[in-house]
Amino acid sequence: MTATTAAPRAATPVPTRQNQPSARLRAWATRAPLLPALIFMIAVTQLPFVATLVISFFDWNALYPKARKFTGFGNYQQVLSDADLRHSVWTTILLTAAVVLASLVLGLGLALLLDRKFRGRGVVRTLLIAPFLVVPVAAALLWKHVLYNPEYGLLNGLLHYVGGPQPDWISNTPLLAVEASLIWQWTPFMMLILLAGLQSRDSQQMEAARVDGASDWQIFRHLTLPHLRRYLELGGLLGSIYIVQNFDAVFTITSGGLGTANLPYTVYQSFYQAHENGLASAAGVLVVIGSIVIATFALRVVSSLFREEVGRA
Amino acid sequence: MSTSTATPVRRKGLGLGLLAWLAGIVFFLPIAWMALTSFHSESDAATNPPSFAAPLTLDGYRDFFGTGGGASPWPSLINSTVASLTSTLLVLVLALPAAYALSIRPVKKWTDVLFFFLSTKMLPVVAGLLPIYLFAKNTGMLDNIWLLVILYTSMNLPIAVWMMQSFLAEVPVAVIEAARVDGAKLPTILARVVAPIALPGIAATALICFIFSWNELLFARVLTGVVAETAPVFLTGFITSQGLFLAKVCAASLVISLPVLAAGFAAQDKLVQGLSLGAVK
Repeated sequence: MTATTAAPRAATPVPTRQNQPSARLRAWATRAPLLPALIFMIAVTQLPFVATLVISFFDWNALYPKARKFTGFGNYQQVLSDADLRHSVWTTILLTAAVVLASLVLGLGLALLLDRKFRGRGVVRTLLIAPFLVVPVAAALLWKHVLYNPEYGLLNGLLHYVGGPQPDWISNTPLLAVEASLIWQWTPFMMLILLAGLQSRDSQQMEAARVDGASDWQIFRHLTLPHLRRYLELGGLLGSIYIVQNFDAVFTITSGGLGTANLPYTVYQSFYQAHENGLASAAGVLVVIGSIVIATFALRVVSSLFREEVGRA
Repeated sequence: MSTSTATPVRRKGLGLGLLAWLAGIVFFLPIAWMALTSFHSESDAATNPPSFAAPLTLDGYRDFFGTGGGASPWPSLINSTVASLTSTLLVLVLALPAAYALSIRPVKKWTDVLFFFLSTKMLPVVAGLLPIYLFAKNTGMLDNIWLLVILYTSMNLPIAVWMMQSFLAEVPVAVIEAARVDGAKLPTILARVVAPIALPGIAATALICFIFSWNELLFARVLTGVVAETAPVFLTGFITSQGLFLAKVCAASLVISLPVLAAGFAAQDKLVQGLSLGAVK
């Protein structure tokens, strides 16, 4: 606009309109700091996924690049009809559900223990967090060689003292072996989130319930658990997002053998070792669809927590 | 909770305290055992039943650092340090202005933008791995540490934006306005008002980004080889190691985990907040 219209506006603050250049300029000035991060994220995460989507419709083996051709949903059909791949879908679900549920339950128990005052609580807390802070590959190596080894592993070493059996853990119960190592790593994470939840409880309400003669169990069942619900959901969903994608433990402990290959490992194997680009992409897209299902719930939980936070501010 | 502790309550409290201690020891035992084994000789490390009182030695560490034959871990440790530190720096450079735009003078639809960042975190790594591999192969970026830097930045940027948005939101707008009225320019406001309040949170964010980059395996495994190999990829060399190298495996695992253990213990509380994307305070 012209200077004549701009001058009175400077004097009296009128709500700015979008079509005025100065307002638009200011809008861009507030937006500008956001753009580098936004553009970077779109370029590095969204473009490759679109490419994966496109490749998933092609019959494309990297060793025979000339034979590449459009195949529609052929790869998806093959992924869903291949017994090994179907099995890896099942393994992924089983692995994620078992690890998330077990670490949530254990984490809840530990959080309740640590919520009480006792001598050395800080030390115990530090001891409990440590498993989460070991590099995932190192943790997997620790379980594979140092704990599970049938001849000199710690587990069988301890069993030796009580005269127990000396099983070959990884061969006998491969999936359980992977799960146990992941539960060990993820329980501290759940504990930390639930402990934060416990410490945000209303202590007056608890005290009032206690004065009214409520038992520990009644307080837990009717006050603590409802309060923790959102923290349990948050821990479960964030844990799911990470464990659905787990590669390190499967790759290290069993190398995907003995029926433990999950989808991320299968995707890795089908393009890195079998060079089946189309198939790998279709499997990758399926992982994304699974993640979207989890993520929809996750975003809803986080946004409800977030709204509360914004409302409080 | 119970101020007038009757004897049975105190006994229960003592029992639960002991139970907590027991749980802590059980969870820490594998790490303690790994540490002890790393100081044993290979023959003492691989005995059944385990030898708790075997003499201590630094042989495991000597072997790991390359004097016992085999590849030296130093290039991988240096690569990991460079990749983690550089990407953390890049994350801060990109995330700070973005978090500022989302918290202190929010842009329109800022919650939508925030949720877009979060949603990228839920896109599995494998969803884009193949195109990234093909791109790297065709442009000669394979086995190049800077490609990892870019990918680690994209991996941590959403978390950083979320965390820092919540830390910057704690800066009272009234204080900023007051400084502005007093004639302070933006750099002064940032340095004098915003930074002192937000700095601990920014440091915690940086630590978490460092930890995630240091830990990452899948990208590094697929995209690097000889030159740009990172520490976790170096560790995968031990996957099939049988028997003889137990002390060396333990020493390697411990040395490579050390930066993460140190960073994690330093930022225990902020770690939860960061990992739950600022939703839990």
